[in-house]
Amino acid sequence: MMFDHLRDTYFEESAELLESAYAQLALLAEGTHDADTVHALFRAVHSIKGGGGAFGLDRVVGLAHAMETLLDLLREGELAMEPPLIALLLRGADALADLLTAERGGEGAPQGFEDNLVAAFHQAAGSARTSPASIDTAPAPPAGGGGASGWQISFRPHPALLRNANEPLLLVRELARLGPLTVKVDAAALPALECIEPEDAYLGWSFTLQAGVDRTAVEEVFEFVADDCDLVIEPMEPASGGVARDEPAGGSSPAAFPGSPSEAVAARHETPAPAASVRVDVAKIDRLVNLVGELVINQAMLVQLGSTLPPSLCPGLVGGLETLSQHLRELQEGVMAIRTQPVRSVFSRMPRLVRELSGQLGKDVRLVITGEATEIDKTVVERLADPLTHLLRNALDHGIEPSAERQTAGKSGQGTVCLGAEQRGGRIVIEVSDDGRGIDRARVLARARERGLVAPDAVLGDAETDELIFLPSFSTAAEVSAVSGRGVGMDVVRRDIQALGGRIAVESRHGAGSRFLLSLPLTLAVLDGLVVSVGRQAYIVPIAAIVESLRPRSGDIHALVGHGEMLAIRGAYIPLLPLHRCFGIPDAERDPARGIVVIVETDSDRQIGLLVDDLVGQQQVVVKSLDANYGPIPGTGGATILGDGRVALILDIPGLGYGAQSSSVPAPTPASQPQPALH
Amino acid sequence: MHLSLPPPNGPAHGSAMAGPLSAGTLGAAGQFITCALDAAEYGIDIMAVREIKGWSETTVIPHAPAWIRGVINLRGVIVPILDLRARFGMPLTVTTPMHVVVIIQCGARTTGLLVDAVSDIISVGPEEVRPVPEVGTGAPASLLTGLVPLERGMVALVSLESLLNFTNEVAVPPPELQS
Repeated sequence: MMFDHLRDTYFEESAELLESAYAQLALLAEGTHDADTVHALFRAVHSIKGGGGAFGLDRVVGLAHAMETLLDLLREGELAMEPPLIALLLRGADALADLLTAERGGEGAPQGFEDNLVAAFHQAAGSARTSPASIDTAPAPPAGGGGASGWQISFRPHPALLRNANEPLLLVRELARLGPLTVKVDAAALPALECIEPEDAYLGWSFTLQAGVDRTAVEEVFEFVADDCDLVIEPMEPASGGVARDEPAGGSSPAAFPGSPSEAVAARHETPAPAASVRVDVAKIDRLVNLVGELVINQAMLVQLGSTLPPSLCPGLVGGLETLSQHLRELQEGVMAIRTQPVRSVFSRMPRLVRELSGQLGKDVRLVITGEATEIDKTVVERLADPLTHLLRNALDHGIEPSAERQTAGKSGQGTVCLGAEQRGGRIVIEVSDDGRGIDRARVLARARERGLVAPDAVLGDAETDELIFLPSFSTAAEVSAVSGRGVGMDVVRRDIQALGGRIAVESRHGAGSRFLLSLPLTLAVLDGLVVSVGRQAYIVPIAAIVESLRPRSGDIHALVGHGEMLAIRGAYIPLLPLHRCFGIPDAERDPARGIVVIVETDSDRQIGLLVDDLVGQQQVVVKSLDANYGPIPGTGGATILGDGRVALILDIPGLGYGAQSSSVPAPTPASQPQPALH
Repeated sequence: MHLSLPPPNGPAHGSAMAGPLSAGTLGAAGQFITCALDAAEYGIDIMAVREIKGWSETTVIPHAPAWIRGVINLRGVIVPILDLRARFGMPLTVTTPMHVVVIIQCGARTTGLLVDAVSDIISVGPEEVRPVPEVGTGAPASLLTGLVPLERGMVALVSLESLLNFTNEVAVPPPELQS
């Protein structure tokens, strides 16, 4: 359905608008805003309202309108931007997000969900309209008593008013807030049904407002539409105002409302915005990415073929191939850039989480976000939400202490949680840190012993102890709280991050806080790899994992009983992992001194030396999944196709069989199957 | 997934096989490509065959059963190659450029079967298919769906469903014979 499609677009756009609204609110909260901030916020809320009206989302419209009214006052400087108002606006944005989510799901939010908030907005806005001291929503009678006792208003919208996504009904409601209102519709201009032009405006209304409010209060209601309508506001004869005095003060009487004036409005049009962006199905982008991947492989094949020809045979070939390579790399980067997204889209959900959680936990916590413009692959961004949520929950629940405890410890009563992102080389590093109590190592160790995760007599260093929290089913919360500690713990976070090709590490200082560092690849589709050969096989070592490569001297190789071989390098010993033994390759170089050692970093920042036969070269490789036709292969993270058309497996360094907490080398088992002859 | 053996009466089982499984992956009647492994002949449902190509060197997959010869690049798609001879419990094929890989598509999965040669295409009616006896063939019985007697000898129809369902066995070589 076309309409459903538009509806989806509306919800997507609203989510983006809310994101922008949150960003503006964050500026406001920091106090670094300017006039544009409130304007931008107003525009976002207004757009949500406009679209909401078109889809009949009355509750969204109602709330957005209440927010808009307050924002307008802030915009005009009639109200000062004070922390309670910012908090109210944040709550409003949260509620708007909830309403939208619920409406999108089809069930709608519980009745009355937003009523209190709408009232609070009206109250805040009303306090500006009337005397600053008054917080009553009821329109106050004119203090001096010298004003008119009521107003006679004649209002006839032009078509442009409707096209600008204004809603007469909302104006009527707004008027009704000022006092008892009687509405008469003038349908004289209404043509016969078959002649109705749905985008035209035919109705006019005359209102009798029986409240002695200022003329400006009435004019404000029509402020946005004054240019798009015929509007006459006249004071009422004092005699006719007497009736109104009997009505209960402050209450709008719904009985006085006519049917929805929007009935005559079949369609509303928003002002067309200049197309700054295009919505594209991700599947289409993925197809592009795949095709470019094929091109890269093809180009590598051509380069290889070209190198076999004598240069004199075709002098332009080498230069042409080089240009092709350059263009291809640019094309690839361009296509990849389509897939990237600023991490803002996931970061922007976090302030709300922190706000709600700190409320629940009764802790005073400030969230500092940096680097939200850092861009990363869309898939990665989407899959970051869960791990980040978990880390933040942990930081708030376990990390940050209650205010009193903090002050006793000589810290500021307000806890600070930092969420930051930055690009470092080919990776994105995301940091989640808090200034709380840090990891309680004694408790971690006790828990690990209790669960049999660590031998009772084992002595662990601080870093090793911290690593224990990543073990499956490890949760130190003494009681399982609603916020965190439900048994799905840091091991899940680590698994999520590793599934994205990333690593996670923790640093903690007792009493000073913890810091989690997530290192993630920019993209999942392409990686820079070093091609190494082992026997007749070629493997790809991700460049990101490589520390250095060297040809060892035989004197530097030491056999350690039960621990395989060690390589002595600059005074340290690095366990040596011969790939041929790990993967059972028969025709490989067995003497380490005649091979090459590639020193790589595992996920726990430990180094191991991969023994390979030779280095073949460095190239960008397109990651292809083996899952579709085969299944996962332990120790590898997919495969790629080399320039000569052969398949090469991509090594997954952390998956090569090194436990995070063990520095010992497990004896690699030779493949239990005899390897087939290859040719 | 483990397929039950077809019931002994031929015509009945033709209809029984047409159940939830797609015709391209299984079906005792229809056209089959026969391929040779030494003296024996095996039949592969022609509807599942995507192409036939010459043997090319594979990239070895570590920790895989021996009958998985590795993976090849089929125009950008990475396809595992099964040694049909080894899969049926015989020694590994000693490959030459004359050996043939039959690329089959079964569901969403593409796999190559390494055989000695492709010999024929046969049409088999449901009544011609005989059930696989409990013992007596060299291959694990669940890998076959039926036997077809021909004048020149017997053709064993291969169950592609069970043949390609190797994901569970990949981790634990060697494969257990199922019955």
